[in-house]
Amino acid sequence: MTTLLEVSGVSVSFDGFKAINNLSFEIGPAELRAIIGPNGAGKTTFMDIITGKTKPDAGTVLWGELSRPLLKMTEAQIAREGVGRKFQKPTVFEDQTVQENLLMALKKDRGPFAVLFWRPSQDDLDRVETLAAEIGLAAELTRKAGELSHGQKQWLEIGMLLAQEPRLLLVDEPAAGMTPAEREHTTELLVEAAKTRAVVVVEHDMEFIRRLDCRVTVLHEGSVLAEGSLDHVTANQEVIDVYLGR
Amino acid sequence: MNRSFLARNPSVLIFLAVLGLFTLAVTFASEGLGMGLISTSFVKTLGKTLTLALIAVAMDLVWGYAGILSLGHFAFFGLGGYMIGMWLMYERTRQIVVESMANAAIPPTDQEIVDAIGTQIFGVVGSSDFPAIWAFADSLAIQLILVVAVPGVLALVFGWLAFRSRVTGVYLSILTQAMTLALSLYLFQNDSGLRGNNGLSGLQNIPHLDQVPQSVLSVWFFWASALALALGYVFAAWVVSGKFGSVIRGIRDNEARVRFLGYSVEGYKLFLFTVTAMIAGIAGALYYPQAGIVNPAEIAPIASIYLAVWVAIGGRGRLYGAVIGAVFVSLVSTWFTGGQAPDVNLGFYTISWVDWWTILLGLSFVAVTLFAPKGISGIFDIWTGRRSPQRHGADLGPDPGSLREKEAEE
Repeated sequence: MTTLLEVSGVSVSFDGFKAINNLSFEIGPAELRAIIGPNGAGKTTFMDIITGKTKPDAGTVLWGELSRPLLKMTEAQIAREGVGRKFQKPTVFEDQTVQENLLMALKKDRGPFAVLFWRPSQDDLDRVETLAAEIGLAAELTRKAGELSHGQKQWLEIGMLLAQEPRLLLVDEPAAGMTPAEREHTTELLVEAAKTRAVVVVEHDMEFIRRLDCRVTVLHEGSVLAEGSLDHVTANQEVIDVYLGR
Repeated sequence: MNRSFLARNPSVLIFLAVLGLFTLAVTFASEGLGMGLISTSFVKTLGKTLTLALIAVAMDLVWGYAGILSLGHFAFFGLGGYMIGMWLMYERTRQIVVESMANAAIPPTDQEIVDAIGTQIFGVVGSSDFPAIWAFADSLAIQLILVVAVPGVLALVFGWLAFRSRVTGVYLSILTQAMTLALSLYLFQNDSGLRGNNGLSGLQNIPHLDQVPQSVLSVWFFWASALALALGYVFAAWVVSGKFGSVIRGIRDNEARVRFLGYSVEGYKLFLFTVTAMIAGIAGALYYPQAGIVNPAEIAPIASIYLAVWVAIGGRGRLYGAVIGAVFVSLVSTWFTGGQAPDVNLGFYTISWVDWWTILLGLSFVAVTLFAPKGISGIFDIWTGRRSPQRHGADLGPDPGSLREKEAEE
């Protein structure tokens, strides 16, 4: 199997605290993966490293068919390579309309001059409408994002991610603050997205992960403790000790 | 496309109409071309005010939209003034020198003329040689290019260094203050080549236009200022109307998020910083011929702080707010500091507005920041019903982004 992202031997420490310790991880081009682990296991730091926010002290991160090193790129370059990230708390541009938020995320040339002269075509507007329908915000296109409810902001951010058409989606606790019906919808969206791209989901909610029905990686103290199906890892004594048993 | 742009931005049309009417009114009331209701010096004041409105529009782009609080844009304004001033002073002096030498028994050589001009211009700082930076002073075309090129290049280099190192917020403001202070101190030196603290003077005398009285010239400059403001305003409105506007407002509100969308934040900031510096240069090149003199005190740090105050009082994040702020505050300032405002006698103390105006301005700045963050142009919101998300009360959920108490009640 080919790999889209290969993280090997990555370590990073903050003031002597090893947040990530010799971590290795890989994911294929069309795969859904859940990452679980107790607080402080390094889940968010792991995402920070892939997206370029944090530079590791050691290790390599290779990307794509050409195995290009991601560590040398800036956050914006990594995002243009096709890594999309959804944050734990919804971060949308609150002073702008839902439509503007989505248009900004659409996969287009990101250079200042190209953007300056860019005007949305009918196709782009249609695409935004389709996306908005998919995330249940079709009626809110002209509303400012700041007026949306918490759940709707989560949706909008997911919609922006989809608009980016990333090859790798990093999703941090997507179901936080959602109703059971919304969770189900999120599950469907993520499973659907994983058919054409790699999706990594960080989540605490075991029930949610069970519904995703995918391989699970358990992180503990900055390294991989176990990997496999959910049943496999939940049967692992070490995992029970550090995570489930608490 | 152009029509839809104006249709989508009716405030641009309204602004252009108001500016056009104002220009006509001033023309008909002027001494030079109209009924003489307002004095030539007041026409000049109004013309200068329009150029200040133009730099305020630039400031609004960079601060109100992109959130970069630059406290150095008056350096670019001053540089624009210096660049045009060099040609005005050189050409005017050359004219006088050539006239006075015309009666000499032996016709002067070119070198003699240049030397005489040098003595005239630099005698005041005890020199007579042209410094290297005056190399193109004899060419109007080149100096006009330099009006935008010099501020542009300075902003490009400064911005590249600052934004690349991800200097943001108050630290960037301090850096820009340091830049304008350093430039001002450098120009104060006699050997900086721009006549030290004397600056460039006599700029109101336009070469080869001696037969045109100042009363008419002032109206011409007023027209040029109005045209520049109109073009600058439309350009700024066009820049912020599309996705570019979305991106820079995104940078203002959440820089990291814009980066994760794949936009290189530094590139956008650098572009905007440089373009607004060029606009500031153009504004300066129109201002100083009306003021008559440009000297290093003009680019002292306080000038750029005033600029921020105008934009804040007028209303950040909308272009007409910046114009209103600049026009209102600078005209009121002219009135107070010009000795026209009546002093207030309290019996035990007389409030002289010339001294107390800055305190009044400072207080109103604090008041605007605290009580009316949208500034004067917030008034238009009541009229048009434009509103921003009302976010009051404590968070209901665990995250800062969650629904707030008041929203939930709706």
